[in-house]
Amino acid sequence: MDIFDILGPVMVGPSSSHTAGAARIGCMARTLLGSAPVKANIYLHGSFAETGSGHGTDRALVGGLLGMQPDDLRIPFAFDEAKKAGLAFTVDTIELRDAHPNTAVISVWSADGRNLELQASSLGGGRIMVNKLDGIDVNFTGAYNTLVVRNHDENGTLAAVTTILNQLRINVANMSLCRHKRGGDALMVIETDQHIKPHQVAFLKELPGILSVTYYDKEVESDDAGFDA
Amino acid sequence: MTLDSMHEIFESMETLNKPFWEVVLEYDIEERQVTRQQSIAKMLSTWQAMMDAADSYTGKRRSVSGLVGGDGLKMRQYTMRGRSLSGGYISEVIAEALSMAESNACMRRIVAAPTAGACGVLPAVLLPLCKYEELTQVQILEALYVACGIGAVIAHKASIAGASGGCQAEIGTASAMAAGALVALRGGDGQQIGHAVAMAIKNLLGLVCDPVAGLVEVPCVKRNVIGAVNAVSAADMALAGIESRIDVDEVIDAMGEVGRRLPVEFRETALGGLAATPTGKAVKKRMRHSTPEPQ
Repeated sequence: MDIFDILGPVMVGPSSSHTAGAARIGCMARTLLGSAPVKANIYLHGSFAETGSGHGTDRALVGGLLGMQPDDLRIPFAFDEAKKAGLAFTVDTIELRDAHPNTAVISVWSADGRNLELQASSLGGGRIMVNKLDGIDVNFTGAYNTLVVRNHDENGTLAAVTTILNQLRINVANMSLCRHKRGGDALMVIETDQHIKPHQVAFLKELPGILSVTYYDKEVESDDAGFDA
Repeated sequence: MTLDSMHEIFESMETLNKPFWEVVLEYDIEERQVTRQQSIAKMLSTWQAMMDAADSYTGKRRSVSGLVGGDGLKMRQYTMRGRSLSGGYISEVIAEALSMAESNACMRRIVAAPTAGACGVLPAVLLPLCKYEELTQVQILEALYVACGIGAVIAHKASIAGASGGCQAEIGTASAMAAGALVALRGGDGQQIGHAVAMAIKNLLGLVCDPVAGLVEVPCVKRNVIGAVNAVSAADMALAGIESRIDVDEVIDAMGEVGRRLPVEFRETALGGLAATPTGKAVKKRMRHSTPEPQ
């Protein structure tokens, strides 16, 4: 247990699950898209749909899409900030089956037309879980450095990726591999203990059978800076 | 090392020959693989965030439902007129608890302690004391580590979430953390911290989580007051040498048991208690038909 989950997080209120977690979900969607979104369709499920506007869940999600962390004082004014940043968005409710009560589905588009659809839930205390990426079931939290690799469902692709990670001395903490159908697209989610450098991510993209690689770098704690390790 | 029970902390205090707060600090160093300086730096920045939240409060903002905001200011003005029944320190504790909790409801920046809904309790007992006594930064740090240790034990043995344990798990835990922190500040020993924690929780056992319209506003903001004032009385009792007749770990277990057996209507679902009153229902209906702007 992290004692700073007891005294913390430092966050904009009113709710760690409905506000802080929502900002993290928005941030995660932005990171996985790989650039600033220009359009977003947001859907709220369960308690997010019921009490979302009163908890600022909608504002926090939009704030997250704009890159705001849970303690960003601009979260209450995220709708205005979105206008300034050129992000067009809609917020609607949705009824999902077998989803956590605090769940959002976000479909985002980048300026160059790329689209990403993410379903994620807020578990409490600001912790989140990504449940689906572009319709494929996944399970990761952003508590680790995370590689999301989209590849053709061919033998040897997984081995190629993990061999490279081994050569880079990067330890895999958790991983999953799921596919739509045999021979279709597959999605690898690899959580690692070590950070992966941008050129190393770029290298993975060059492997045969790899369609795209997205990397989520675990939040670096700014307050640790300046103190020797 | 773990923070699984208060007795485990007491045992670690003996084997390591260290005070309560330092056992918690050692735990953090081990658990997060950080240095002593890094742990302390993070605790100091957390304290700074609490002070900033209090300093920047003006009482002008209202929550999106319009139900919350400005009461902390009212209490502070009343206190300054010098005629409050509870007097200096306690009336300032009340004002601070209201201010911090309504800051949270109005989407300002706070420190969850242990949750956002209960964020007013710990700063409410600590900040006014800084005005009355010359507290060193080291003393404050000690108090905060003690509070963390207590919260971690309760999170492990029972719960700190209203959705699983009711309000006793949020305000009750915050109150126990604050009571222990106050005892540590006044130089109380581990046993006294334990008794303060036990008494604080016992007094709030069974408190239900029944937020109107599901929002962290009514009755959450004012519950921060009872959590804070209860913490001060539990700490004073423990420092006076009064002991809890029930062992502190047993009290925490009892809180967990009560939480598990609370009907779901009383665990943050907004289906029972104050949320189910005619007024509570009317607020919910009003919220549904509007898309409010924070002010």
